Amino acid sequence: MALDSNLQQLLFGRLTLEALPLHEPIVVVTFVGVALGGIAVLGALTYFRLWGYLWHEWFTSVDHKKIGIMYIVLGIVMFLRGLADAIMLRLQQAIASGGSEGYLNAHHYDQIFTAHGVIMIFFVAMPLVTGLMNYVMPLQIGARDVAFPFLNNLSFWLTTSGAVLVMISLFVGEFAQTGWLAYPPLSGIDNSPWVGVDYYLWSLQIAGVGTTLSGINLIVTIVKMRCPGMHYMRMPIFTWTSLCTNILIVATFPILTAVLALLTLDRYVGTHFFTNDGGGNPMMYVNLIWIWGHPEVYILVLPAFGIFSEVVATLSGKRLFGYTSMVYATACITILSYIVWLHHFFTMGAGATVNTFFGITTMIISIPTGAKIFNWLFTMYKGRIRFEVPMYWSIGFMLTFVVGGMTGVLLAVPPADFVLHNSLFLVAHFHNTIIGGVVFGLFAGLVYWFPKMFGFRADPFVGKIAFWCWQIGFWVAFMPVYILGLMGVTRRLSQFDDTSLQPLFITAAVGAGLIGIGTLALVGQFAVGFLRRKDPAYADTTGDPWNGRTLEWATSSPPPAYNFAFTPVAHDIDAWWDMKKRGYSRPLTGFVPVHMPHNTGMGVVLAGLATVLGFALIWHIWWLVVVAFVTLIGTAIAHTFNYNRDYYIPAAEVAAIEDNRTRLLAGKVTS
Amino acid sequence: MGAKLPDAATAHSGAQHHSGEAHGTVGGYITGFILSAILTVIPFWLVMSGALADTALTALAVAALGALQIVVHMVYFLQMNGRSEAGWTLSAFIFTVIIIAIAVVGSVWVMHHLDVNMMPMTHEDARTLP
Repeated sequence: MALDSNLQQLLFGRLTLEALPLHEPIVVVTFVGVALGGIAVLGALTYFRLWGYLWHEWFTSVDHKKIGIMYIVLGIVMFLRGLADAIMLRLQQAIASGGSEGYLNAHHYDQIFTAHGVIMIFFVAMPLVTGLMNYVMPLQIGARDVAFPFLNNLSFWLTTSGAVLVMISLFVGEFAQTGWLAYPPLSGIDNSPWVGVDYYLWSLQIAGVGTTLSGINLIVTIVKMRCPGMHYMRMPIFTWTSLCTNILIVATFPILTAVLALLTLDRYVGTHFFTNDGGGNPMMYVNLIWIWGHPEVYILVLPAFGIFSEVVATLSGKRLFGYTSMVYATACITILSYIVWLHHFFTMGAGATVNTFFGITTMIISIPTGAKIFNWLFTMYKGRIRFEVPMYWSIGFMLTFVVGGMTGVLLAVPPADFVLHNSLFLVAHFHNTIIGGVVFGLFAGLVYWFPKMFGFRADPFVGKIAFWCWQIGFWVAFMPVYILGLMGVTRRLSQFDDTSLQPLFITAAVGAGLIGIGTLALVGQFAVGFLRRKDPAYADTTGDPWNGRTLEWATSSPPPAYNFAFTPVAHDIDAWWDMKKRGYSRPLTGFVPVHMPHNTGMGVVLAGLATVLGFALIWHIWWLVVVAFVTLIGTAIAHTFNYNRDYYIPAAEVAAIEDNRTRLLAGKVTS
Repeated sequence: MGAKLPDAATAHSGAQHHSGEAHGTVGGYITGFILSAILTVIPFWLVMSGALADTALTALAVAALGALQIVVHMVYFLQMNGRSEAGWTLSAFIFTVIIIAIAVVGSVWVMHHLDVNMMPMTHEDARTLP
């Protein structure tokens, strides 16, 4: 028997049959649901013979547009998981009152709030932001692709690899029960001895490599590949915010990687960086992770600000008010975001000097943000506003985000923070800024660029249902949480003795339900658009459905693989608007062959190996760690010897594609 | 069959109007190598000979020489100067230095305050309180 258990440990590490959470009925039912759904999807893909199509046209694609769409799909799929977590949390808090334990045990509840935070930030907001930057930015600067197309594909698959590990943790073992930043000593080996925190660490490390690589890629793209005439002060604001966001990514993600690596060493090899004994200090972890964590907030919200700038200017039919001030506000926020991190732990014990400094820097950062709000308002002022769905989201954002910003300034006052720290008021505040700012921005961007991506519009009626459900649902869900926080309720509690709190929690749960309906409508607007895609009211044959201002609207919808047959030349901030005004006519002849990169499956292979490596590290399957690591490095090196990387699209094919567009523009063909 | 184009899209980007990347010269590489060698030998000598009596001072000197060597590598091997890539290499370097300085100085400042303000962690610390 002893030999057997030794052999089992050698082969499977910590992984045993008991690791499957069969004793949790909720997880089992979820698993059955996911398994049936998964089998149905796989069966449908096989039945409709879509595997080859997916592999050749999407998974192996190095086209920034397809990679961008894959990032967005990943973000939306993970959003459904994160939202399911949120609704479970809200239900639990609504039920578990006055002695009732609710329907989730503490172990499961703690995993859910951790998973909710991790998934929403790392696997929803980040992929959606990166996806939109990937899709839109190269088109806006008139480029043919990003600077390193293969790296882009690899970055996407590494992010997916991290998401896959988080999803595996639902059914094999457990996820962390530590909250989304996994503070030690709770996340240390003494207090979290099993695999939960290891799932957290390795999924974030693998996804983090992808994020950093994509950050480098997009910076190089913006710096090196802008079309002629587009100097920095002519770049569209979304491109500017993308640049600043990616600079933040490259400058701060290494800090996250380092601090998680130190925690990993504490857990795996017994170092004492963040333990109380052995000379370590858990407060150093809190300090370091927020040096990454605060810029991360701006990594998410800056692109959203960029999206609003594009949407508001286009749908108001006016040039953006205060372009230069918008650029400087973005740059100011980029720098200031580095010197406010301590406001996340005013109560940890630093003195008045330190707290005052960080309190004041935090208040200062609201100034450039406020300037942006005024720029959008002045852009709308006397504009010819078209109330399309992206405009709904933009106005909803301005109303909602301002409230979130003001509660943020309130929390920036250290004495007030001592009262509100770790309370539900804080939870309501950051949901107010992230939903009101980032999520509304991403939804505005998705609807705004959807016709560009697919050649038909999302359904505006269903889109407005989505907006109203989200807007009302947000206020219903989070105003009670603000009130509860002011009453002193702390976050992350699974049960409440005081029954007088229950009505507010039930109200919040109703709000979460409204948001759930809004999410169905959000996906529904794309589905309805797809069903009616041939309808002239939905189909976009012009490539410019909103009467746009920037270069992404100069090409067809969806754009050809090479984006622009001839590199455009920018003469103005709103380059495409300027071209239309000066009576630009598309070149119809003289096409030349286009130099393009080959698709490659290597990104899928490398990220697959990274997933295996992560899984083996989590479960201490050491032989598999060695095999996966050596194969991963070997494959990556071998790929560098692949010189067959590029080909030319013949001039005749370019001409055929462009001629088809000419016919579409003339309205002769309706497909 | 040497290395072909690194990435097709790079080759056909609209980057022609930017000032190009700097290229190293043999002389530059040799200067860099000699400077690096000197900056490596001095720390070894400092530690092995014990020229500075104070170990803390020695450690500080080694760290400073290490930082200096980073700059030498950046300038001579990575061709960082105010002109290459339209000044981007230099400004990126300065930005990196600022970010690292904020992180390091800020952390030291914060941790020092915590150390001063908080309860002693061990009995030893409690006994040696002023």
